[in-house]
Amino acid sequence: MTSHSRQDIQARPLFEPSIVRRAVGDAFRKLNPLHQLRNPVMFTVWVCSAATTGLWLQALGGHGEARPTFILAIALWLWFTLLFANFAEAMAEGRGKAQADSLRKSRKDVQAKKLKGTEKKGPTELVAASSLRMGDIVLVEAGDQIPGDGEVIDGVASVNESAITGESAPVIRESGGDRSAVTGGTVVLSDWLVVSITTNPGETFLDRMIAMVEGAKRQKTPNEIALDILLAGLTIVFLLATATLLPYSIFSVKAAGQGAPVTLTVLVALLVCLIPTTIGGLLSAIGIAGMDRMIQANVIATSGRAVEAAGDVDVLLLDKTGTITLGNREAVAFVPADGVTVEALADAAQLSSLADETPEGRSIVVLAKEKYGLRERDLHALDAHFVPFTAQTRMSGVNLGTREIRKGAASSIETFVESKGGRFPKELREAVDAISKAGGTPLVVAEGAHPLGVIHLKDIVKGGIKERFAELRSMGIKTVMITGDNPLTAAAIAAEAGVDDFLAQATPEDKLKLIREYQAGGRLVAMTGDGTNDAPALAQADVAVAMNSGTQAAKEAGNMVDLDSNPTKLIEIVEIGKQLLMTRGSLTTFSISNDVAKYFAILPAAFAATYPALGALNIMGLHSPESAILSAVIFNALIIVVLIPLALRGVKYRAVGAAQLLKRNLLIYGLGGLVVPFAGIKAIDWLLVATHLI
Amino acid sequence: MTHAWIQNILFLVLLLALAVPLGPFIAKVMEGERTFLHPVLGPVERGFYRLMGISGEEDMGWKTYAWAITLFNLLGIAAVFLLQKIQAVPVLNPEAMVKVPTDLAFNTAVSFTTNTNWQAYGGETTLSYLTQMLGLTVQNFLSAATGIAVLVALIRGLVRRTADGIGNAWADLIRSTLYVLLPLSLVIALLLVSQGAIQNFSAYVHTASGQIIAMGPAASQVAIKMLGTNGGGFFNANSAHPFENPTAFSNLIHMLAIFVIPTALCLTFGRMVKDKRQGWALLAAMTVIFVGALAVTTWAEAKGNPGLKALPVDQVVSVQQGGGNMEGKEVRFGTGATSLFATITTAASCGAVNGQHDSFTPLGGLVPLWLIELGEVAFGGVGSGLYGMLMFALVGVFIGGLMVGRTPEYLGKKIEAFEMKMASIAILLPSAAILLGTAVAVLLPVATASVSNPGPHGFTQILYAFSSATQNNGSAFGGLSANIPFYNYGLALAMIVGRFGVIFPVLAIAGSLGSKKATPESLGTLPTHTPLFVGVLVSVVLLVGALTYLPALALGPIAEQLSLRGVTR
Amino acid sequence: MNLQLRPALVSFVALSILTGLAYPVLVAGLAKVIFPRQAAGSLLHKDGKVIGSELIGQSFTDPGHFWGRPSATSGPDGKPLPYNGGNSGGSNLASSNPDLKKAVEERIAILKAADVEQQGPVPVDLVTASGSGLDPHISPAAAAFQVHRVAKARGLDEATVRALVETRTEPPQFGVLGDACVNVLKLNMDLDGLR
Repeated sequence: MTSHSRQDIQARPLFEPSIVRRAVGDAFRKLNPLHQLRNPVMFTVWVCSAATTGLWLQALGGHGEARPTFILAIALWLWFTLLFANFAEAMAEGRGKAQADSLRKSRKDVQAKKLKGTEKKGPTELVAASSLRMGDIVLVEAGDQIPGDGEVIDGVASVNESAITGESAPVIRESGGDRSAVTGGTVVLSDWLVVSITTNPGETFLDRMIAMVEGAKRQKTPNEIALDILLAGLTIVFLLATATLLPYSIFSVKAAGQGAPVTLTVLVALLVCLIPTTIGGLLSAIGIAGMDRMIQANVIATSGRAVEAAGDVDVLLLDKTGTITLGNREAVAFVPADGVTVEALADAAQLSSLADETPEGRSIVVLAKEKYGLRERDLHALDAHFVPFTAQTRMSGVNLGTREIRKGAASSIETFVESKGGRFPKELREAVDAISKAGGTPLVVAEGAHPLGVIHLKDIVKGGIKERFAELRSMGIKTVMITGDNPLTAAAIAAEAGVDDFLAQATPEDKLKLIREYQAGGRLVAMTGDGTNDAPALAQADVAVAMNSGTQAAKEAGNMVDLDSNPTKLIEIVEIGKQLLMTRGSLTTFSISNDVAKYFAILPAAFAATYPALGALNIMGLHSPESAILSAVIFNALIIVVLIPLALRGVKYRAVGAAQLLKRNLLIYGLGGLVVPFAGIKAIDWLLVATHLI
Repeated sequence: MTHAWIQNILFLVLLLALAVPLGPFIAKVMEGERTFLHPVLGPVERGFYRLMGISGEEDMGWKTYAWAITLFNLLGIAAVFLLQKIQAVPVLNPEAMVKVPTDLAFNTAVSFTTNTNWQAYGGETTLSYLTQMLGLTVQNFLSAATGIAVLVALIRGLVRRTADGIGNAWADLIRSTLYVLLPLSLVIALLLVSQGAIQNFSAYVHTASGQIIAMGPAASQVAIKMLGTNGGGFFNANSAHPFENPTAFSNLIHMLAIFVIPTALCLTFGRMVKDKRQGWALLAAMTVIFVGALAVTTWAEAKGNPGLKALPVDQVVSVQQGGGNMEGKEVRFGTGATSLFATITTAASCGAVNGQHDSFTPLGGLVPLWLIELGEVAFGGVGSGLYGMLMFALVGVFIGGLMVGRTPEYLGKKIEAFEMKMASIAILLPSAAILLGTAVAVLLPVATASVSNPGPHGFTQILYAFSSATQNNGSAFGGLSANIPFYNYGLALAMIVGRFGVIFPVLAIAGSLGSKKATPESLGTLPTHTPLFVGVLVSVVLLVGALTYLPALALGPIAEQLSLRGVTR
Repeated sequence: MNLQLRPALVSFVALSILTGLAYPVLVAGLAKVIFPRQAAGSLLHKDGKVIGSELIGQSFTDPGHFWGRPSATSGPDGKPLPYNGGNSGGSNLASSNPDLKKAVEERIAILKAADVEQQGPVPVDLVTASGSGLDPHISPAAAAFQVHRVAKARGLDEATVRALVETRTEPPQFGVLGDACVNVLKLNMDLDGLR
């Protein structure tokens, strides 16, 4: 097993010097036209840059269509446009690589006790869990983490699989039969197991993910392809609009009898200004940055497609335990049997739990202390002998001299009491049932042959989770709680947590069926899972987040892995997915809105000689035709650089309805996109004139 | 101006009053439900199916549907072409019209089949009554039916879930003709005759003083040319001709007839997608664009011709005279009703004119030209307006959807790469035909020789021709002598690209959407029925239109308007 | 694919007959019964001869008649032939076309030459060509502009002529549609009838 510290990954400044240095170099390397071919918009810019460079060379030879310095200035800024876009992409990639590096560094190995043979008594050797190969045999004793997925070949033990199954009660794992599979990351609570490992190192999910983040072979996602098509369409429209301007201009010069046809340099400049270079240049950076943000959240996605799909999720299937409720239950009440005082029961319960280090045990001690003023006592002073939970007895307790205090499930205690010659009273059974029905877990306490009463253990809904679900609801996402509890219990917790729906007594088959039902209704379903039996459901879900602590099968079936194994992460994942799409949409809008101002800069500059009246369109009052065109081109290049931080960080997501979100983004990126370039182009023009560059 | 706006508002109110019952009626007809016309026309419909050897129920995939439409339209082109070539036969040909030259015949055949009705000929000087009836009137019906069919197929694509088919093309064509176009045309034709529109088969009248007055079965053709947003006049002067459009009331009928089906189809849409708000939203977007355009034209034309300001001419609007820019306009309509008509005919893909657009002020003429170039999506052609608008809606939903952080979806259908590809083609191809066609024409001396007005206006004439042909409008800056082989073939090609270059992608999208699952609406879904979305849709249409055509318009009407303004200052 | 051939052919032929023959003939039949005068062209007869249509303008150039609007129609030879009801159309001159300005100037000159006492600005419809070239109407202002000339040429009292114009002035239809107008042919027939 690996674990790592999250801080390593998160604290990365936007422009880390080492990444910037590498990105600058990459920006030039990416000028290779073969690389640009992937992106129709930027490829057009490449062709335009090359063409103007040619025009400049021609002008140097004395046959130019305009002043060589003007053509050179245009050519240079077109190349800059490309370089800036390349830089953005390189920055995003660089950050991804850096994150992969720190992931690898931060891997910390869990130690495993490797056995030479299959005998428990045989010599053990401490090795790193990550070095275990398929077929290796390991010994896992009480308190150890199971180092990998495997098969029990010897021993019986109680294992805490709550991280996987969501059930806080320990389960029994033993060799042979259908309880022999163990999962990496689960903890043996009592006894021991000999496990045969079933996976090889380097094949873990994490290993493959790191390889993917580093790999340059990033596949375009479906939405990216669709957007690319739209941008290519726009590019063709603008290519037509500018290319046809040459014949139009020739005709107009003849019709007006004055001026000269528009130069190729100006047409090329106009074309580059009009085609959506801002979004075109930042598109791949946005995609890569989306993956990066996932990694920053300690989630590794197998594909960009999964990240995108996360934004579309309509239904979240959430496991109750660990996500909605704290992983462990808490004692909330003591219900004494007839003829027993509640203080006596509390006392016995506390005594039985003093040595019990499980959260449930601690909560019993705390309840007894807080409610009945029973202070903790020193077990040694009492000459107490702690009886740990075992898979055989399924009880724990304490022996004080001749007093035998036990606590456990009703059936276990009944057996115990009867073996001591006692009787399990009917009223007590009723109390047990009442607690079950109320959504709690009953734990019976007995002393010898005398049942004393029941401890009421209850699931504790996590703080703030209800608000979180309300937020999701306002985003249009439905939450469904999945639990193994009975419907009554489930309903009680569902109401308390504020989920929209629940699935009680859920079997893996039920889960799968539920997902299919939602999908048949056209919904996209996200879920988390970690157990092997979750695999089919994970494979079926549109966004399937496997816990890193989960089984290999689960990780294979899912399309994301949460390194923190935090089921609440699903909500964050959805937000990152939405952010990715929003950034694309907003920058597309911004890019297209920008064109209006560019027309007002370039059209009068290009045609005022033919139709002087068109000078009226120069509403920005730009200095001269040359300065107007150059200013537009420079603005078009610089805006890419200005927007790199936004592309890398993403447009801020707010958990509000779609209508509000649209209004906000339209105002900022639509209206802003319309207005900003007017100011920007005017400012650049002013600077060019002030510095006598034009 | 107040007077003009009272008229404009009255028009909009009446339009709505007519469209509200018509929309659901069309939906019923197209979905095969019984209507009050079925007792009479039901047997006719079934008779058609029997003759054709179909049941009318077989669902077609989009490719089959497209093939059926293509075949039907090819037959139309062939029939109209042949009729013109054999029109010398003395059947319904009292004026002994001779056969039409091949290039003109081809142009006219394509023009009427594609719902363009660009006319490089003068009706009363070129065509026999038989050709007008059996060729042009028929295509006025069938091209409109084609538009409705394609639209309904697209709507089915949006409505159906994981379906293989998008309906039966034959049933769609026959139902829309039988139950919608024919009965309405009959009523409109008679209303027009009541106002003075002619409907006879007589020879031309020669008066005592020697004036020749053209005759013919005009009203029946005029009714469907408006109703089907075809626009091809029976006479050369089109709806400016007193026999087509004798009074201001007949003019109102003309205008209502153009818009009533496109408006009703928005409501048909709302009904068919089972969310009336969606239809209203599209209608609202169309109305916003239309009213904005109307305001500019009305203002520009009422202000009069700036070029005549220096002369002792009274252009001021008063009780005694309509005033304004009256060149090319009729007194009984005035600039108000002519501006309204011009805006309607170009917002729709009609192209009928009740005044000469060529003589509009540059600004007043820019608006119709730009409306055409926007793709005639503000109301638009019968069927074609709404399916064109839906293409823009897909683009709007795509960008808007991304901005709310979801894979874009429209009415629950995800808009993905295939839909974007097809919507882009549907928007791109017409732009290409307009811009490239104009580019070729301005470089060819044979084409520029046809220009009749000097300066930037000459450029506008050519740009208008290719815009009008490509977007299947049919109106013209009539000074351009378009009856030469270059324009007859070039514009015919533009019409085909503009018509089928949109129909095929639309049907492909219909097929693709129909095969998809639908995502239920949630709070996270981009709502497409709100004023905000209407704003987005309008912005997309205007922005795409502005960005594509602003450079060309700058060298045409914008330069002309600014120069003309400069002269008078 | 060929499965669609028969439906295509059959539906095309049947719909052609229905919409291209049956429908126009039906309209013509109904029109003949309900609106016979209109359907035939609203023709005006005098002495058993057709003298025109009340909807189609005619060219008047003598000072004793009201003049209609300039007409840009041409004859079969391509030469200008105003109010040629056999070939309708407008001038298609652009607002910016110097020829338009020139033509308007000439028309103003002719109008003013015909009535030297009338020197006020000319109502615009009287110096601009109509869209159809067959516009039967002028504006009330354009009629008023000519009252003095007509009255003088006919030796009539101006008030008589003005009253005649008034009776022939049609307000906007239903008070809102279109503009007020005067039918020139009918006005002139009234004038001729005065004698």
